[in-house]
Amino acid sequence: MIPTSWFLILGAILFSLGVLGVLTRRNGITIFMSIELMVNAVNLTFIAYARELGSLHGLMWVFFIMAVAAAEAAVGLAIFIALYRHRETIDVDEANLMHW
Amino acid sequence: MTDPLMLTGVSLALFVIVGAIAVASSILVVSMRNPVHSALFLLLTFLCVAILFVSMGAEFVGAVQVLVYAGGIMVLFLFVVMLINVKALPKEKVFTATSMMGVLMGVLLFIILAIILASGTWAPAVNAPENLRTAVVVKTTPVVDAGGATIQTETVTRDVVGNAEAVGMALYRDYLVPFEVASLFLLVAMVGAIVIGKRELDASEEEAIPEFIAKKVSDEDRLKEVTGA
Repeated sequence: MIPTSWFLILGAILFSLGVLGVLTRRNGITIFMSIELMVNAVNLTFIAYARELGSLHGLMWVFFIMAVAAAEAAVGLAIFIALYRHRETIDVDEANLMHW
Repeated sequence: MTDPLMLTGVSLALFVIVGAIAVASSILVVSMRNPVHSALFLLLTFLCVAILFVSMGAEFVGAVQVLVYAGGIMVLFLFVVMLINVKALPKEKVFTATSMMGVLMGVLLFIILAIILASGTWAPAVNAPENLRTAVVVKTTPVVDAGGATIQTETVTRDVVGNAEAVGMALYRDYLVPFEVASLFLLVAMVGAIVIGKRELDASEEEAIPEFIAKKVSDEDRLKEVTGA
């Protein structure tokens, strides 16, 4: 059986790559993809601990995280479509109307 | 129970290969310039993570991962990418101070997570992989008691079944209220996404305004008109 810590390390790598993507990219859609990557890394960690602890509760959390991620992707992408209609861009640096 | 994935060599090779593909494709997700390429590499990452879910004994979550992420969310992403003009994509410079700081932060975060993982002490492992496929089954059986009346007796057993059945029993018994709240939540998100993403209608497309509103007839005149007074 693969040790749980290996799955945790893989989850940490994927999560860090997602953070890296959110911080470096300016394209709004790619930022959303990086967020989905982070959500997936967290799901991987949940399942690894569910196997380690022999508990179904981790699997239940993964389902609800998936529901929240789907809702977040739908609303977020709709916001980017609205931004594109108004500003003709999806560059997050251009969406600076509330910038101080 | 002899599970072929429990063989050390096979499961080790599976983890190393699939994990390497997942890491490589997620690097490509964050580094590709064209969002369509990013989306397709994200699809590859999702499929690799689904394989890892299955290898950990959570087959049902792996299937849901393929259906919801690879099926639903990826199509949503690709639709949005197609709706947006490629010329509107921002010109991203690679080696700016901001992006270098982003890379630094990502690496630092990974180092912090690795330190937390390495320094942690492990609770004794339960080592019961069959728990992920154990369902609580409640059976009600009618029993006739001494007085002749029929009463229902409940017997609670924990049966080792499939992962999908165990998840279903947990989801519809212990997590029923959160499940219903999640369905309501998805409905709210769907309505919100439609309202936010809707195109603003111009005057000719706008629904026709009733005449008495457009003419600004006062309430008294409208009342007279209706009653015929």
